[in-house]
Amino acid sequence: MNPDFLDFEQPIAELDAKIRELRHMGAESDLDLDTEIERLQGRRRALVEDIFSNLSAWQVTQLARHPQRPYTRDYLSYLFSEFHELHGDQAYADDQAILAGMARLDSTPVMVIGHQKGRDTKEKLEHNFGMPRPEGYRKARRLMQMAERFRMPIITFIDTPGAYPGIGAEERGQSEAIARNLEVMAELRVPIVSVVIGEGGSGGALAIGVGDHLMMLQYSIYSVISPEGCSSILWKSAEKAQEAAEALGLTSERLKQLELIDEIVEEPLGGAHRDLEAMSATLKQALAKSLAELGALDPVALVDRREDRLLQVGMYQT
Amino acid sequence: MSWYKRLVPPQIRIESSSTRKVPQGLWIKCPNCDTPLYRSELERNLNVCPKCQHHMRVSARERLAMFLDEQPRQELIVGLAPRDFLKFRDSKRYRDRINQAQKETKEKDALVVMQGQLHGMPLVCTAFEFGFMGGSMGSVVGEKFAQAAAVCLKERMPLVCFSTSGGARMQEALVSLFQMSKTAAALARMRKNRLPYISVLTDPTMGGVSASLGMLGDVQIAEPGALIGFAGPRVIEQTVRETLPEGFQRSEFLLEHGAIDMLVPRGEMRDTIADLLRLMMNRSPRARDA
Repeated sequence: MNPDFLDFEQPIAELDAKIRELRHMGAESDLDLDTEIERLQGRRRALVEDIFSNLSAWQVTQLARHPQRPYTRDYLSYLFSEFHELHGDQAYADDQAILAGMARLDSTPVMVIGHQKGRDTKEKLEHNFGMPRPEGYRKARRLMQMAERFRMPIITFIDTPGAYPGIGAEERGQSEAIARNLEVMAELRVPIVSVVIGEGGSGGALAIGVGDHLMMLQYSIYSVISPEGCSSILWKSAEKAQEAAEALGLTSERLKQLELIDEIVEEPLGGAHRDLEAMSATLKQALAKSLAELGALDPVALVDRREDRLLQVGMYQT
Repeated sequence: MSWYKRLVPPQIRIESSSTRKVPQGLWIKCPNCDTPLYRSELERNLNVCPKCQHHMRVSARERLAMFLDEQPRQELIVGLAPRDFLKFRDSKRYRDRINQAQKETKEKDALVVMQGQLHGMPLVCTAFEFGFMGGSMGSVVGEKFAQAAAVCLKERMPLVCFSTSGGARMQEALVSLFQMSKTAAALARMRKNRLPYISVLTDPTMGGVSASLGMLGDVQIAEPGALIGFAGPRVIEQTVRETLPEGFQRSEFLLEHGAIDMLVPRGEMRDTIADLLRLMMNRSPRARDA
């Protein structure tokens, strides 16, 4: 197994190994293997397209959690010409599961807030696997309110398994921290654009995800509960996560059909981690477009529009 | 915990007896202190054990009946019913779960809204029905709550909510998550218009309900001994691999940690909230009983 590839991507990894081997042989001998390599590369493209044209909800979940998937910090230098990180909730701590700061998108000053996971073990622990505690949400709130004072649009990047279920988090009011953000974000008089870049895990995701335009990267997920959690509660078994993923309809495609999100941002073939630069370019364009549209609304119309959008969500019989 | 309980997988472990519904019958054993109680006497005492003061769970309608003045009372937003728009199926179909819950509770969904009076003061009151799929919040609960807030805005009346809920309704997937931002937006409008919202947290209020309308009260009240929190105690235990402290996530714990304003026993709920609302709405004090 090649650890850079998920289980369903292993045929691609095998072809890559073959291509590498041929290149190696070609370099070491006088044989001309170029046509053969080209043929294999054509096959690789077709294979990748085939695999990615028909992903199950569970496969998308795996992609959204891919160990090489770009995190909030990875995008910063590609999207923004400046970034100044701002720390702490000014009451208790600086929660590293949320990364925040002022930035510039082209010439426009913006406030950027995102979940931050960690790449290696040390980083994962530092960022608590991207699971915020109340102080993380309060840092986000403080900076969003500051953004409102200075008329800066807010861009949020969602990528969390969920809010941290810990003793201290409960003692410091995890519920209130999330609830307050929902209330405050409903009324902020600046545009808010949110992008799910990986995992949109429940209330922990929504707490920085209330806004005017909600996008999802193509292979990200957004759900009320993780497939694993859903499986253990509703199926009373940890093994039904794949079925739960399907039932929850957590992919960008399904959520767009249900009109719960506004836009899908297409990923490079094979996923965002295969070409961060291309991914960033597409995302930057989408962000700029959406901010330009929202920037045309006056603050009162903007808040009215947002409230109406929030209030109309629901499907029921009358 | 006894040795055999540890062998049972946590997800099928039976919750402590306090979470069971009050059974039908002439005599009822208090789930907390085991005292046998005469049913009609217990009801007269608002389903609070006269021996140990344990607050038992009550249905949405019982709650509204004991809270509001007897007259006038009018139920609002009665027509809405849930819809299985995802054809959600786990070990059971969502449709079947809805039908079963409707049969058992005689409610269409997990929230009942009434307009009425409290010691003569007009208000809107909402109450969760825990018997309906654990009081979970889906589209109907969210819509009814938002419409209740809209009535308050129109009539300039305060809103009181008694919550008891396991959280968001998984069978409505992301739509149920978005009921959190929906109810929060409805409350933001009330706040902007300076109309009071009193949130009363009763046993249990967890997850998405706690992390939205539950914790957004101008005044946060809890009944004694209620379990209130974001993550469930078992999830926390499995995550941190520690035994949880005594009384963790109970009302008294929340008061101590500054999460709620006050603990109010059921018998004092009417008077206390009436007094608070009169202060917040700048009305004269209510007439005291002689």
